[in-house]
Amino acid sequence: MISLHRVDLAIIAIYFLAVLAIGLYLKRFARSGEDFFLAGREMTAWVAGLSFVSANLGSLELLGWAGSAYQYGILAAHWYWIGAIPAMVFLGIVMMPFYYISKTHSVPGYLQLRYGPAASALSAASFAVMTILMSGVNMYAMAVVMKVMLGWNIHLSIWISSLTVGIYVAAGGLYSAIFNEVLQFFLIWLGALLIPILGLIETGGWNGMVARIQTNFPGQDFTHLWSALGHFQDNPMGMHWTGIVFGLGAVLSMGYWTTDFLVVQRVLAARDLRSAKLAPLIGAFFKMAVPLIVILPGLLGLAVLPEHLFPESAIQPGQHSYNEVLPLMLARYCGPGLLGLGVTALVAGFMAGMAGNVSAFATVWTYDIYRPFLRRRATDAHYVRMGRWCTAAGLLVSVATAYVAMGFASIMDYVQALFSFFIAPLFGTVILGMTWKRVTAAGGFYGLLAGTLSSIAMFFAVKLDPRALALIALSPHAKALAEDMYRALWSCLIGVLVTVAVSLATRPKPDGELAGLVYGLTNVPREGGIQWFRRPAFWALAVLAILAVLQWLFW
Amino acid sequence: MAFLVIRMKIIPVWFFVGLLLAIYGVLILSSGLIEWSNPGAVVLARLHAPVWWGALLALIGIAYCIVYRPR
Repeated sequence: MISLHRVDLAIIAIYFLAVLAIGLYLKRFARSGEDFFLAGREMTAWVAGLSFVSANLGSLELLGWAGSAYQYGILAAHWYWIGAIPAMVFLGIVMMPFYYISKTHSVPGYLQLRYGPAASALSAASFAVMTILMSGVNMYAMAVVMKVMLGWNIHLSIWISSLTVGIYVAAGGLYSAIFNEVLQFFLIWLGALLIPILGLIETGGWNGMVARIQTNFPGQDFTHLWSALGHFQDNPMGMHWTGIVFGLGAVLSMGYWTTDFLVVQRVLAARDLRSAKLAPLIGAFFKMAVPLIVILPGLLGLAVLPEHLFPESAIQPGQHSYNEVLPLMLARYCGPGLLGLGVTALVAGFMAGMAGNVSAFATVWTYDIYRPFLRRRATDAHYVRMGRWCTAAGLLVSVATAYVAMGFASIMDYVQALFSFFIAPLFGTVILGMTWKRVTAAGGFYGLLAGTLSSIAMFFAVKLDPRALALIALSPHAKALAEDMYRALWSCLIGVLVTVAVSLATRPKPDGELAGLVYGLTNVPREGGIQWFRRPAFWALAVLAILAVLQWLFW
Repeated sequence: MAFLVIRMKIIPVWFFVGLLLAIYGVLILSSGLIEWSNPGAVVLARLHAPVWWGALLALIGIAYCIVYRPR
């Protein structure tokens, strides 16, 4: 357990006071629905971009992927590179014009315009449930970390952080969430960057680190991205390159970064189309750098920690789990003051993640469930009030979920699986709807339903009979993450096939009703008058070029 | 740098970032200086990371506060 000094406690207390003060200050600006749910649609590309990438940089993400880097080595970086960057570029360049020009407030809102109420309601309900579940599990995971690291009372951690988030999100809506995500971005970078700097000094640079890992774990390859992915049994992840390229890169990451409203909402808050296109590209540059503060500390843990870490389910008293590698590295290098900054970064990541989930939940509930199905005609002020109440209710349900999570040792696995049930098929539905005008409302709904149900069926098939894994993931040597990738791929393909089949058998909407929603029927403003270095397409190419260099460097 | 400002009447988020970093920088720098002769029991304590990291935070924070101060 780490003991904090007075300066560390002061740093943590100042953070709580600052976010509350900012939330209360922003309340005066969140008056209309557009202000509260979309931050007035006046964020610059930089603010929207940092918020976009920060919404995904919660504590669970930091601790979990640092732990995965200790467990699987640099293979975990695939989730930051091929598993994120192409999708961010695709969102900015291809999909954002449709989201932005249609003036939708959410992804289910786009489905409402494109496919009608059935697909929108299915998507909104699934998203609302998943978001709250994720928020609660994040809350529980962070409280556990605070208990293990600092000895804090688990109930106190849950309630103090929830109340703080509740006050500032209910006050300022998406303004508060975005401001705090930008704060969190700086805190996480400046709180965690010392670990790789001091770690590389201790090991004598990258080569020294690799040599130490080979000494500590002889015969295992932790430092190559692609060369060990030729066979499932050649790498600690039990993964094949087809799972990474097609399952992760082409489906799961595309689904997450382009249709998960938690992240897309940040970009929809941009002040114009060019800012909305640039925001995911700005986010992509920073996302590419995140392995420096997440993956590298995990690798350094393999090199310098005197004891070996173990899976959560196998630890004995006195041992540590993979997920504790980041706190252990923090305690290794950071004394008073810096330790407080590191803990504040984790707390900020957790609270910003919760705020993101709750603000997205409030928007989807109010605009995609309450307004179309429960109270169609009410004043804008009424919907803002509903958003505020919904924030409080969402937090209370999250707290309840956190307590439920305490009873299930492996609930994170199930939540991740539940999340993937929804995301992969949704990507197929949205992208078909944006690119092919022949897709019908019935096709969209039944495709989404079939994709989701097939994903759930595959999940339970493996639980009931593990031999089904060989069929779904194409190898009996595949492990949990590989199974997720292939399940996402198949469920997306099933969703697309059903959408196409049903669409061909049903009557499409007339072209006039699809203007602004579908490629070929949407007048996307041209950027002819803008200098080449200000065009989103130029920055998209730059991002992809850096991504290619990184793959080559760590091949 | 006007494109970084969210809205004229709202204090830019960068100012809040600067304020927080400046306060943290001063606190961490002070803590590092106080324990200069007796640094904490951490690896590489001889590098006095709190001193230079705290100074860096304070500098970034003060620069942001000046550039993005409410006008």
